[in-house]
Amino acid sequence: MNNLLEIKNLYIEAFYEEQWQPIVRNISLNLKRGEVLGLIGESGAGKSTIGLAAMGYTRQGCRLASGSINLDGTELMGASDEELKAVRGSKIAYVAQSAAASFNPSHRVIKQYAEAPVQHGLMGYEEAEEEAVELYRRLFLPTPEKIGYRYPHELSGGQLQRSMVAMAMSCKPDIIVFDEPTTALDVTTQIEVLAAVKEITEKMNKAALYITHDLAVVAQVAHRIMVLRNGRLVEEGETCQLLEKPKEKYTRELLNVRNTRQEKPITDKMGVILKIENVTATYTGQENVLEDIDLVVRKGRTVALVGESGSGKSTLAKVITGLLPATHGSVSFFGEILPPELKKRTKEDLRRMQMIYQMPDTALNPKQSVRKVIGRPLEFYFGIKGKEAEEKVRELLRKIELDPDSYIDRLTTELSGGEKQRICIARALAAEPELIICDEVTSALDQLVAEGLLDLLQDLQNKTDVSYLFITHDLATVKAIADKIVIMLKGKIIEQGEKKQVLSPPHHEYTDKLLASVPEMDPNWLDNLLAQRASAFI
Amino acid sequence: MKNVLILIAKRFAASLLTVFIVSVIIFIGVELLPGDVAETVLGQSATPETVEAFRKELKLDLEPHVRYGAWLKDFVNGDFGNSLANGRPVSELIGWRLTNTLFLALITSIIAIPLAICLGMLAAFYRNSFFDKLISVTTLSFISFPEFFIAYILIAVFSVQLGIFPSLAIIDKHMGFGAKLFAVLLPSLTLTCVVTAHMMRQTRAAIINVLASAYIEMAEIKGINRLRIIVHHAFPNSLSPVINVIAVNIAYLIVGVVIVEVVFVYPGLGQLLVDSVAKRDLPVVQASGLIFSFVFIFLNLAADVLSMLSNPKLRQSKI
Amino acid sequence: MLKLLRQSPLSAQIGMAIVLLNIMAAVFAPIIAPYGETSVVGDVWEVFSLKYYFGTDHIGRDLFTRMMYGARNTITLAFITTFLSFLVGSSLGFIAAVKGDWTDTLLSRGVDIIMAFPTLIFALMILSVMGSSIPTLIFTIAILDSTRVYRLSRAVAMDIEVMEYVEAARLRGEGLWWIMRHEILPNAMPPLMAEFGLRFCFVFLFIASLSFLGLGLQPPLADWGGMVRENAGAITFGIYTPLIPAGAIALLTVGVNLIVDWFLHLSSGLHE
Repeated sequence: MNNLLEIKNLYIEAFYEEQWQPIVRNISLNLKRGEVLGLIGESGAGKSTIGLAAMGYTRQGCRLASGSINLDGTELMGASDEELKAVRGSKIAYVAQSAAASFNPSHRVIKQYAEAPVQHGLMGYEEAEEEAVELYRRLFLPTPEKIGYRYPHELSGGQLQRSMVAMAMSCKPDIIVFDEPTTALDVTTQIEVLAAVKEITEKMNKAALYITHDLAVVAQVAHRIMVLRNGRLVEEGETCQLLEKPKEKYTRELLNVRNTRQEKPITDKMGVILKIENVTATYTGQENVLEDIDLVVRKGRTVALVGESGSGKSTLAKVITGLLPATHGSVSFFGEILPPELKKRTKEDLRRMQMIYQMPDTALNPKQSVRKVIGRPLEFYFGIKGKEAEEKVRELLRKIELDPDSYIDRLTTELSGGEKQRICIARALAAEPELIICDEVTSALDQLVAEGLLDLLQDLQNKTDVSYLFITHDLATVKAIADKIVIMLKGKIIEQGEKKQVLSPPHHEYTDKLLASVPEMDPNWLDNLLAQRASAFI
Repeated sequence: MKNVLILIAKRFAASLLTVFIVSVIIFIGVELLPGDVAETVLGQSATPETVEAFRKELKLDLEPHVRYGAWLKDFVNGDFGNSLANGRPVSELIGWRLTNTLFLALITSIIAIPLAICLGMLAAFYRNSFFDKLISVTTLSFISFPEFFIAYILIAVFSVQLGIFPSLAIIDKHMGFGAKLFAVLLPSLTLTCVVTAHMMRQTRAAIINVLASAYIEMAEIKGINRLRIIVHHAFPNSLSPVINVIAVNIAYLIVGVVIVEVVFVYPGLGQLLVDSVAKRDLPVVQASGLIFSFVFIFLNLAADVLSMLSNPKLRQSKI
Repeated sequence: MLKLLRQSPLSAQIGMAIVLLNIMAAVFAPIIAPYGETSVVGDVWEVFSLKYYFGTDHIGRDLFTRMMYGARNTITLAFITTFLSFLVGSSLGFIAAVKGDWTDTLLSRGVDIIMAFPTLIFALMILSVMGSSIPTLIFTIAILDSTRVYRLSRAVAMDIEVMEYVEAARLRGEGLWWIMRHEILPNAMPPLMAEFGLRFCFVFLFIASLSFLGLGLQPPLADWGGMVRENAGAITFGIYTPLIPAGAIALLTVGVNLIVDWFLHLSSGLHE
């Protein structure tokens, strides 16, 4: 039983509000050769901090307070700069979340690969180059002989992420720390990177710390999982055991999310709220970002618009709201064709169609209070002011399940992400809309918070019969909330229909790929999928 | 590389356009003189003959666009007209003074630019240290001081108290290079203080910005030593912003030159300009203003082109 | 607010003290000053004494008196100019950012052209044509300086303009004025306030430089830049009279810069 990495009673502190405060408390972990340990938790759980601490590294404003970090016999706690330098990169390497930011824009990718082995004196530059090409091939990068000679900005996100995995392997370290390596990627790209991670951990028998917020992802690669919350350990266990029989309530909550709700039937008799016909749009005047879009939203129903980045789903929202006038086709609202430009639309049109955004931080003016944010639409559309407005704002706050007394006078900067998003919902509701366009409203939120928000939106729909156009890249969200699904690819709708119909075979080829790429909690899912694809390829 | 060439060509065309517009504005400037130009400038004692001569001098008897054409043509040929104050050709007045000013600016640049970049880098690498704070306070003061304050302090110390340098930078055409250098040392030291302070602060900020990037953290995590991180990872990416900083601060050099020349009674173009403004000697003002503006536009152009060439994303070829 | 002042670092407190001192001198100049602004009371370049706190100037006027009136003239002039420059620059910058399109292009190209001239050269040429008077000085410098303010406020407003809360206001149907007043201005205040300090310093130094060149405020009005010029000859005799007004100029700009530094630190700290 020799552990490659042994962390004992680790405390890490950060300096804020004029004093050192613990952000990681009493964490102990062991990692054996060939083992992958998953660290999972929501934002603020301290998982990245622990991952960096395993290399004896802390970000500016943080410090290792106490405990021990033993890396294959070397104590990193209180080690000298020279000792740390010798270990980093060669014995333990790191794969960061954002490959685009982590590669130096001035140097070719392969040069950055070779830097660590050459600097650590492990091999010459030519030898490193040869090994790089071999690794690029193993990690399924296209044209492995050439790709390394490009500059970072000439590679796609998925390719860059895989080259970073290769770079981490350059010194053949014993341990690799993966810090959310797939979070910034689309689901279909995520598979490529996960396959690369699997290749390294299984076939090359490396030990790894895999940090993520997504249980389904970590289930694919990790042997053991540690669940963290607010810098503390919640639960630790073998992957299968933890997924099947979680001991702690918090773990169960993380597992139990995405309760698929009762689907509501859609019939032709139901009133049509929004009808989009033959819409084509462009930003530049040359390339169409949207082509021939046809779409219907009915009263009291939710249409989910699904697509990966660049599919044109957010552009469609801009066309509907009038920010980007369509070049062809029409947008009808309650049977009347809307003027394409925002400026020509009536106040009533604007009132009946509201929007909620992805980033609650930028969707609310940081200098305004909750009262003003929610009160303004009341005043603007209905002329409600003073005491009456105050009463209305309080009522809306109760609707979004926030206590009016403690929230009404807060500045928007004094709210958490989930609370901000709720305020955005209240701002939309204040206009008493018929249609709310939700643009990736849950993707910036932690899992449990997102879940609560979806429940709230559902609840509000049941009470007010409002329709939603739900734009998202996350199929789990789609499954949870949609009545109807519209799938977009490169500016076109490739498939649409009721949820049941779209989700059950036969699918369009792309829908198939998209659905298959969403990780499931089953630990064998990735293996099966890769095997399936390999056989299909042969 | 093709992209860069197109960008540079565009930038160059923009500069040419700017030069044209600037020349038109300077030309029109004279037209804006309220009332009758000649009488205003010459004052009430002017006789009809002198007024007439003056109008001819400024070619006020012709159509504006014809006048502009003639003026520009003369200007390109090096004929800037005659001074109103003493009737001598403006080109004769300007030639020698322009070389003097360029000499002073050059000496200053040679001292100030390397100094500013070195200090800026040191302050960035040892940020929040005592050295950094000392530099920060010093430069903040130099930025806040008017040029003539620094100049008089240097005079008070180096010429009045210590008697090392002369308090007036007097040079003539027959002086050797060494003697000239000695004469302009105090003025260029004054300019250096001001220009270095501005450049150094911005260099520091540009480098700190680069040092905060994720790829620097990545290099640290790869176990690369500090010197290599700075030379290999931080420097290539700082080049573009630092060159930009130098460009922006050329403006301070030009403003500074005028004042410093007046303080040290140095026979440069700036002093000539100030004298001519006071005397309202319009041909001289036009000519020297135009030259200053051209130099300024050209330096900005040069800096922009260099900054484009040093930007890794623009320089790199597409495979 | 009071708490914030008490927590401010020493450097900012020094800065505030300097600025306050200058404002006092400017406001109460006629009360504090022992002699008249232009009256000749003693010999040329007399040394410091109880009678003449700072000595006398090149024609025997009391330097302390001239300093007090100088504060009044120079600071008032610089303040009015900066204020005007801000009024013009920031409102045009906001309009350019919010309106976009040809309004933005037109304004930005115009500003580019003015900025293609070195500031001092441009000012000198205007003064040579128009002659130096107080209104000309104010307008010339304000227009030249407003180009810098324009650039900054346009950039700041552009950053805010792309925020989704502004888009939300547009989708609600709010007009241009409401968006500028309620969504953009409150968020643009911190950088603009810091810029006001920096611009004031620049304008103040610029006026002082012009006066020093003999092209700013005209004698016999007391003005610090001009006083340096008038007494410049003394320095070669080892008399440091010109250093007093020059030092006063330096002191005030250092003071304002110290406050701005603190303010920038404060507003960047609040962002984190």
